[in-house]
Amino acid sequence: METAIRVLLGTRKGAWLLDGRAGQNNWQLSDPVHLGSKVYHVVGDPRNPGLVLLAEGGGHLGPSLFRSTDAGMTFDEVEHPPQFVRAEDESGRSVDHVFWLTPGHSDQPETWYAGTSPQGLFRSRDGGINWEEVTGLNDHPDFFEWRGSDKDGTPDGPKLHSVIVDHSDPMHLLVGMSGGGIFESRDEGASWTPLNKGVAMDFYPPKEDGSEYLFGHDPHCMVMHPLDANRLYHQNHCGIYRLDRDKGDRWERIGDNMPREVGDIGFPIVTHPRNVDTAWVFPMDGSGLWPRTSPDGRPAVYRTIDGGRSWERQDRGFPATQAWMTVKRQCMTTDTGDPLGIYLGNSSGQLWGSFDEGESWQILAANLPEIFSVETLPA
Amino acid sequence: MISVFLPSQLDQYTDGLRKVQLSLAADQPPCLQDVITALDQQFPGVAFRLIDEQQRIRRHIAIFVGENLVRDLAAPLDGNDRIQIVGALSGG
Repeated sequence: METAIRVLLGTRKGAWLLDGRAGQNNWQLSDPVHLGSKVYHVVGDPRNPGLVLLAEGGGHLGPSLFRSTDAGMTFDEVEHPPQFVRAEDESGRSVDHVFWLTPGHSDQPETWYAGTSPQGLFRSRDGGINWEEVTGLNDHPDFFEWRGSDKDGTPDGPKLHSVIVDHSDPMHLLVGMSGGGIFESRDEGASWTPLNKGVAMDFYPPKEDGSEYLFGHDPHCMVMHPLDANRLYHQNHCGIYRLDRDKGDRWERIGDNMPREVGDIGFPIVTHPRNVDTAWVFPMDGSGLWPRTSPDGRPAVYRTIDGGRSWERQDRGFPATQAWMTVKRQCMTTDTGDPLGIYLGNSSGQLWGSFDEGESWQILAANLPEIFSVETLPA
Repeated sequence: MISVFLPSQLDQYTDGLRKVQLSLAADQPPCLQDVITALDQQFPGVAFRLIDEQQRIRRHIAIFVGENLVRDLAAPLDGNDRIQIVGALSGG
């Protein structure tokens, strides 16, 4: 019997749980959780079985966080959700929504991080119940220069995302800001430096002195490989990149090795948990008016098994034509099965799954609202 | 006595209650902030869903005192007001 899998779905109109087993057809969809709320991220805690945090907001009501200790069956509101410090004047920021949730290091089982819109980084030291700003970033003197204006953010608000805690060093943090770029801390968030060398920024004119921009970029999704903390991948607004951090600080555009007619624009990127050189992306059309739908209406994932030197198309099971899918940055994930299961949710409310490492795909759930996030509950 | 009419968007806090009556301490004239504080004591967590951390009424929330739309939490009340909190019409 295959291991039971629970997929946590955040959508524009609430959250759902989807239960099943690899290869099975009759996956069971739960009743909606917080129906009507925009649910941006639902994340399980690999350190505390059963603990799940859910971020909602951005509708009529302000944002909040909810916490489950029974694997998502019931949720209670946390005591003090992420919020900026109150300012003495009109300059104060307010959290529109929590966009991203990341459990902390395994040595810090009660620590969580959250990224918000507008951009802000927050931390909890008590399992997600109370949150405070990571002031080393939020109050950094260059913060507003780094992130630019709200016009430089995504259409539904600038976001801080891809909060990464180095599994080999809890002091080492990475975040992505859309816009702003990627930033790195070696002291648990007290100080930060940009990490964007080599990354294209086609939406700005070239610098007159010929140098490259050090910030202002638009990373869409960044991952650190769970077996090798030096191996980073990221899907950017301007291509797919890889960085071997022990060898330097310059990203390599591995998306240049994608087929020209497909391009290397998209939102999510995921890695194989047992192979540092294997990763998947879901390309979308970044030409013309940037429709960000499957190129030519033919959805596919692309897999590399050699760290980005080459890519292969995997589209068996997807419609062969007239399927204009958009998959957002938090909408692709894996389980830990062998062979690996991969899941992706699209903006048309379909949840697709592959149980043979991307070779073939099937619909696991449909007719949901626009899917904002897809995660699997840690075993 | 202040009457506060509550919107359906707060059902998860109020268990569907549509109206509450508040009798606020009378050592000084009450203001709208006092109403929000009293509501949060009765329904913990509700204030932050209505008012942001900079003490601004959220963009898609409207609060009427009588028939007047009020955006200032310092707005004075006379203690016998009819207050209606509305999930504002904001598209579609």
